[in-house]
Amino acid sequence: MRREIRFRLNGEAVSAQVAPHENLVEVLQENFGLYGARESCGQGLCGCCTVLVNGRAVSGCLYLASLIEGAEVLTVENGSEPDAVQQAFVDAGAFQCGFCTPGFVLMTRQLLEEHPEPDDDTIRHYLSGNLCRCAAYPQIIEAVKLAARKMRQT
Amino acid sequence: MKRALSSAETPQVGRSLPRLESWLKVTGRAEYVHNLRLPGMLYGRIFRSSVAHGRIRRLDVSAAQAVGGVHRVVSAADLKEIVPDPYYGPAFHDQPVLAVDKVRYVGEPVAVVLAADPHVAEEAAHLIVAEYEELPAVYDELEAMTSKAIVHDALKPAGTFPDLKHLKGRSGTNVALDFHLRRGDAAQALAAAERVFEHRFRTQQVMHTPLEPLVSVAESTDSSLTIHTASQSPSFVRIEVARLLGWPENRIRVRVPFLGGGFGAKLYIKLEALVAVLSLLTRRAVKISLTMEEQFFTITKHASSFRIKSGVTRDGRISARECEVWWNGGAYADIGPRVTQKSGFTAAGPYDIEHVAIDSYALYTNLPPAGALRGFGIPQLVWAYECHTDMMARELGIDPIEFRRRNLLRDGRPQATGTLMRDAAIEKVLDRLAVLLEWNRPFDRGTGVLRRGRGIAIGFKACVSPTTSLAAVNVNGDGSCIVYCSTVDMGQGSDTAMAQIAGEVLNTPAEAVRVVHSDTDVTPYDMATLGSRSLFHMGNAVKLAAEDALKKLNQLKSELQMPPDAAIPEIFKKKYGMQAGNVVGTGSYVPSYKSPDANGLTDNATPFWMVGGSGAEIEVDTETGRVRVARLVNVADVGTPINPKIVETQLSGAAIMQLGFTLFEKMLFDEHGQLRNASLAEYRIPGFLDVPEEIINEAVSAEQRSGPFGAKGVGETGTFGVSPAIANALHDAVGVRLTSLPLNPEAVFMKLQEQK
Repeated sequence: MRREIRFRLNGEAVSAQVAPHENLVEVLQENFGLYGARESCGQGLCGCCTVLVNGRAVSGCLYLASLIEGAEVLTVENGSEPDAVQQAFVDAGAFQCGFCTPGFVLMTRQLLEEHPEPDDDTIRHYLSGNLCRCAAYPQIIEAVKLAARKMRQT
Repeated sequence: MKRALSSAETPQVGRSLPRLESWLKVTGRAEYVHNLRLPGMLYGRIFRSSVAHGRIRRLDVSAAQAVGGVHRVVSAADLKEIVPDPYYGPAFHDQPVLAVDKVRYVGEPVAVVLAADPHVAEEAAHLIVAEYEELPAVYDELEAMTSKAIVHDALKPAGTFPDLKHLKGRSGTNVALDFHLRRGDAAQALAAAERVFEHRFRTQQVMHTPLEPLVSVAESTDSSLTIHTASQSPSFVRIEVARLLGWPENRIRVRVPFLGGGFGAKLYIKLEALVAVLSLLTRRAVKISLTMEEQFFTITKHASSFRIKSGVTRDGRISARECEVWWNGGAYADIGPRVTQKSGFTAAGPYDIEHVAIDSYALYTNLPPAGALRGFGIPQLVWAYECHTDMMARELGIDPIEFRRRNLLRDGRPQATGTLMRDAAIEKVLDRLAVLLEWNRPFDRGTGVLRRGRGIAIGFKACVSPTTSLAAVNVNGDGSCIVYCSTVDMGQGSDTAMAQIAGEVLNTPAEAVRVVHSDTDVTPYDMATLGSRSLFHMGNAVKLAAEDALKKLNQLKSELQMPPDAAIPEIFKKKYGMQAGNVVGTGSYVPSYKSPDANGLTDNATPFWMVGGSGAEIEVDTETGRVRVARLVNVADVGTPINPKIVETQLSGAAIMQLGFTLFEKMLFDEHGQLRNASLAEYRIPGFLDVPEEIINEAVSAEQRSGPFGAKGVGETGTFGVSPAIANALHDAVGVRLTSLPLNPEAVFMKLQEQK
């Protein structure tokens, strides 16, 4: 039942044997040892499993792995150096337990691509699909704005 | 990658440095049990009860066992070869590893399917068939007091913790514990009072919802067992699993990396006993990861009922108070008895009342078990007594802040138990709330369908006692330093705080201190990471350990006739002729405590008091009943913060979590005790759009003189006042009083209709 799929993962050409029912998070974890995208609610409601597929954020726990054939997949582990968003999350203390943080980092990158100068309302609405039970929301807003400022400066 | 910045800053205490593990968390590389895979590992999938109370008549696992890839299906009968008496619990040994003969709530684990592929285990678990003889069930805590439906035939006290030694073995009752406090003569004082007010309040059952669901992994040999678990209490896990197996503690190792949230859900035994036995049965590593849905069937927060009655004198002083509290503990006591007793100490609120009577009951019902959730019962109590306070103030025509001020429990005065208030900045917190809310300025009350109101509330808590923390601080040959402690970092920043404390003593930047995560083979005993106790207890232990290491280094210096300013590596080099050796300092901290007497009185109830208050400005849509919190102000006494930035995020996070419990979170059960909303689709938790537009969090200037560098716990403090502050604001806005949580649009709208 397994078949081979080929795709690009964090910039590298890769392949994996996947079963039809396997989702993207499972394949990232089991085949590639990438644990930044993680399943929590299992319904695509919390954002902990966020992965970028062809530049768009998807819920990795609902996204069938077979569908990434030929796609460009980016996870939070992409890149050897932390970027302005990650730096801003650290500086603003925008997390506590850290379990939801990779999802927020990826969504924030996408947010800032579309809205380089987001106001509070834009941030709240754009990130409303990601949940943080530690409720670091005020600090996340601070981090997004901090990252936006840094990115405009460079 | 950039990390571990060196710092020339001293002192370490009081620095708002980012969490030490920040980079691991923003790059997705932090270690959680969730990520752990071991060679040959089996996944367990739990088959759960579909009835609330019943005898298991038949359990047919044959179809499940026949599924290709299923390694084994295990039920209680199979466990007995490893654990003859498979009942566990911190207060009572009442909870079976898997249901034995009876089930006591819908969702109780009955059997487990093991397979190398988790999907196979899941599919096979659906094929298990159980038949039950249904028994009468009880769901309501008040009904449980007198119900003929008895959840447990007999109660077996655990006797593990010193504060729960008084529990009694009983039969024929659903009351797991009743706590009674009598100070003065409340009945007589009520009869003599100018005015008497009596109200009833309720809170709903809710769930912790850590985003990393409960997860445990066990691996074993004939003579040893290692449990990797997302637990807040590794030392207790080891003690309890050792007891179940009849093994010495040193054959069991419990390891805990970071937790993806805890909030009280990951305490005591949850999955650990089960994976331990499964691993010993199969000689394979076994992992069980709960789904979000399954968490609702594992541990929850107590629903509660509260009757409160107060007598007030002509000059607006509360002279007497009666409190009756009933805690819905669900089918297994978990730590409910401690919730019942410890919260019982403060059920009368932060007021100076001469005559107090408190009765607090922990009840068994046929619902999922309830335990501790960010406050050990305190938010439920503050909800009741602070709504009550406001209702009285308004009836009496006294400003709510002025009424509180008139009755406030001030430093040096005895609290209901008789313990004197020390280092509890209740008055300061109240004053600061009034300032931040600009209480004396005119307030915009809205127009048309949108009405605005504001309210405040203030609560306090006695930290659980007596509890023990041990720590070791190791200084290596190169002068680098390692802290060994079993405090679990579940997001509260304990690693960072402990590093700051050790760094302060050893004059080392906190970034250069390494904190080893809980591993019972390595890190010494700690009671648990709960109840905001760690910073105080473990902080004191780490401080003592660091001071001990420093003393030993200084002794070495003088033995070796080195100058006082000699660098640490030079000491080792001189002593051992090379970079070698260690100096290990140890510290142990156990505060004193006196058990309450027959009247519930003690002059030493707690090592420290926590104080938290909230003020809310809200807008009510009178057409829909929707409450929008425009401004939320949280003020707390946290002593002197070790890391002010982390303290602020703790206060803010706790308050927003409590906002969910206030406005919408509620577990909904049908008449058969079946939970109807066990998923994040149907059980909503606060998201970005629920956060108040303005949230202010402030720690008042204070000092806990017995705490490490003046600090005390903060994890729960932000929750205390939120719910009643919002209910009080709701009354202020539209003149209706809700006495049950949550204050969802439906409840508010119905109440508004009633008023019309």
